[in-house]
Amino acid sequence: MSEWFSELHAKFILDFVEKQRWMYIVDGLKITLLVTLLSLILGLAIGALIAVIRTTHDQLREENVGGIGKKLLGVADGICRLYLTIIRGTPTLVQLLLMFFVFLSTCNSKVTVAVITFGINSGAYVAEIFRSGIMAVDAGQMEAGRSLGLGYVDTMIQIIMPQAIKNCLPALVNEMITLLKETSICGYIGLNELTRGGDIIRGVTFDALLPLMVVAMIYLVLVMFFTWVMGKIERRLRESDIR
Amino acid sequence: MIYVNHLYKSFGDHEVLHDITEHIEPGEKVVIIGPSGSGKSTFLRCLNLLEHPTKGQVIFDGIDLTDPKTDINKVRQHMGMVFQHFNLFPHKTIMDNITLAPVRLKLMKPEEAREEALKLLRRVNLEEKADAYPGQLSGGQKQRIAIVRSLAMKPKMMLFDEPTSALDPEMVGEVLEFMKQLAEEGMTMAVVTHEMGFAREVGTRLFFMDEGRILEQGHPKEVFDDPKEDRTREFLSKVL
Ligand SMILES: Nc1ncnc2c1ncn2[C@@H]1O[C@H](COP(=O)(O)OP(=O)(O)O)[C@@H](O)[C@H]1O
Ligand SMILES: [Mg+2]
Repeated sequence: MSEWFSELHAKFILDFVEKQRWMYIVDGLKITLLVTLLSLILGLAIGALIAVIRTTHDQLREENVGGIGKKLLGVADGICRLYLTIIRGTPTLVQLLLMFFVFLSTCNSKVTVAVITFGINSGAYVAEIFRSGIMAVDAGQMEAGRSLGLGYVDTMIQIIMPQAIKNCLPALVNEMITLLKETSICGYIGLNELTRGGDIIRGVTFDALLPLMVVAMIYLVLVMFFTWVMGKIERRLRESDIR
Repeated sequence: MIYVNHLYKSFGDHEVLHDITEHIEPGEKVVIIGPSGSGKSTFLRCLNLLEHPTKGQVIFDGIDLTDPKTDINKVRQHMGMVFQHFNLFPHKTIMDNITLAPVRLKLMKPEEAREEALKLLRRVNLEEKADAYPGQLSGGQKQRIAIVRSLAMKPKMMLFDEPTSALDPEMVGEVLEFMKQLAEEGMTMAVVTHEMGFAREVGTRLFFMDEGRILEQGHPKEVFDDPKEDRTREFLSKVL
């Protein structure tokens, strides 16, 4: 038992303390968090835009608004649907490799390539989250706003969106958790994020257990933290529904 | 006040309104009754273009609502609508529910709108609910607030779509009482309702709708006491 323990201790020194190898983990974690955060922001922006285009297109179909605006909206809606189909129908890793080796091959910042890829990828999922959040708002809310004389955009911003965002906050936190874990594939383009940090240590020390376990623990703690935050948000929202 | 000319409405190939021509004059209180699915809601919703007529015209205050060049938002500012399910904004306080539209549309300054809202709230004895949220109110209170929200826009006409149908029986009275007051003050009203007592007492004209047409109309007392059409008689025998 004590033999096993001292062996573990030696491995720990070798894996993390010697030559300051723990820095691989810390630097990797920074990159992982940075890529997750920036991708999330980009994804939210893309997602919101697409959700608004698609719901506006669906809702204005009935109204006799001007011809050219409606045609443009139709085209925009078509493009959005194509984007959603492609992004959700292909593996994220393939998208990342295509970006790195083909579409963004001239870009020399791997972080930028990762953020763009994951932002575009996440945007597709966020769009559908937003869209179902908007559609979950009772149709009577839009009618009440419009019957008071408020315009479509005004009603959307003042009345529908606040309720829609509330509806989809939990799902958005979920999306962030997925995104956090998915950035681990960035090792494929040589970006030294958390997973690759652990893997580099494994490569030099030939010890797989400790570095990869530590990496796993860090993801787990982060996910548990986000889940805890989500639980808090959900409880708050439930309370405010009754208030 | 409002002219309806050869109005048709279809959903897909299901014709819901068939060739309705009517004129509602200022100060009239039109009550609309008829079996479920006969097109009462659709007719009312065509009046403020929540539903777009398939054919025909709706002319309010000399403005053709079905003309694509018409700014429908402007017109709707002058037509209040009250819904069966209240449709208050759950994320806003009662005060904000009432002042949102007048302030956003720059018809009133925020302070002015608050004053006006408090005056209206006092009228329905709900002043102390100004900072409450809709979720904290009873159905009857919600509906009175919904009416107040419409009134805050100072409409020339009010549309009511079964305003008491979602209420517990003990709350129906307070809402009808408020509507009666409005009627007495001269508000032009179109009310879809199943409350035959209200129709008889408050209505100046009654439409009986059946299968997308106004099958019979007249003063409520006349229609109730001496219906001309078999369908009207059949319907009334069920609800009276
Ligand atoms: N948005 C809609 N899409 C399709 N059918 C509808 C829609 N709204 C109403 N209808 C149909 O139109 C008919 C009349 O509905 P409605 O005007 O609500 O009747 P009422 O208010 O008299 O009960 C019904 O058959 C209903 O199913
Ligand atoms: Mg109805």
